[in-house]
Amino acid sequence: MRQWRLSLIMGLLAFSGLCVASVESYQFKSPQMEAEYNQLIGELRCLVCQNQNLSGSNADLAKDLRRQTHELLMEGNSPDQIADYMVARYGDFVLYRPPLQNNTLLLWLGPFVLLLVVIVLVFVKMRKKQVLVAPEQAAMEKAKQLLSEPQEK
Amino acid sequence: MVGLLGFGLTLDPKKIPSPLIGKPAPEFSLNMLYAPNEMLSKKDFLGQVWVLNVWASWCVSCRAEHVFITDLASRNLVKIVGLDYKDQPEDARRWLKQFGNPYSASLMDIDGRVGIDWGVYGVPETFVIGKDGNIKYKHIGPVTKESLEKEVIPAIKALLG
Repeated sequence: MRQWRLSLIMGLLAFSGLCVASVESYQFKSPQMEAEYNQLIGELRCLVCQNQNLSGSNADLAKDLRRQTHELLMEGNSPDQIADYMVARYGDFVLYRPPLQNNTLLLWLGPFVLLLVVIVLVFVKMRKKQVLVAPEQAAMEKAKQLLSEPQEK
Repeated sequence: MVGLLGFGLTLDPKKIPSPLIGKPAPEFSLNMLYAPNEMLSKKDFLGQVWVLNVWASWCVSCRAEHVFITDLASRNLVKIVGLDYKDQPEDARRWLKQFGNPYSASLMDIDGRVGIDWGVYGVPETFVIGKDGNIKYKHIGPVTKESLEKEVIPAIKALLG
């Protein structure tokens, strides 16, 4: 009965290798270029393992795109130009941080708009509560007054 | 809000829309699988509607779609060019010999650089290119009977005019 548990673990391990961290070491023309490289592969998405960036993915495509990023940097391209290169081929989805443009306005502003709506709703509800409380309080006062008066004989 | 989320569930995040639709097909110049000293490039296909099918001998779903690519070839509508992606030529030739060769021409993209230019992120992928050399349609994943009849062939026919 232990067999299936072992097979399950082995199976999971076998698949996990596909999406785990990269280890190539590239030469760069300057420390700045190396920093640009690391930033780029941190901000470009691996399209195969879509929740990972190029830096963290061991998928074949990620290796190829890291190599491409390195080459483009060595050829003198700027990080912006390289980002444009990737977007031209793969679309905005390849960027981990989507650009702020018309079709992503809802994506960027949506959460804030939602927060605003919630705050307004809470505010309105609280005011309703206060409005209800006032007449109740008046009734309570009256009741106390009546109860504290000495009983008539 | 729930409606939006519900709609989202019907979308497939694996299908990334290509930014190349309506844009010129990338320039390429690749060696032929069956004539390694000869090359074909984009200009060799200008003026005609054609299909590029990206495949590899190591790709399991390419096996599954092969019957439909062969079906498409048998209709004699357009040339189908095979782009053998990140593969060994020997393995590719063996695969085609075993399962049949539907391609008018086969090109080798051994290091995958041409694939990057075409925005290939998984095999198989199939592109339909117009007479003007622009990519008109892209199919991601294996072509099925349904997608062949409902999407690929109509896309081709619309261009043949």
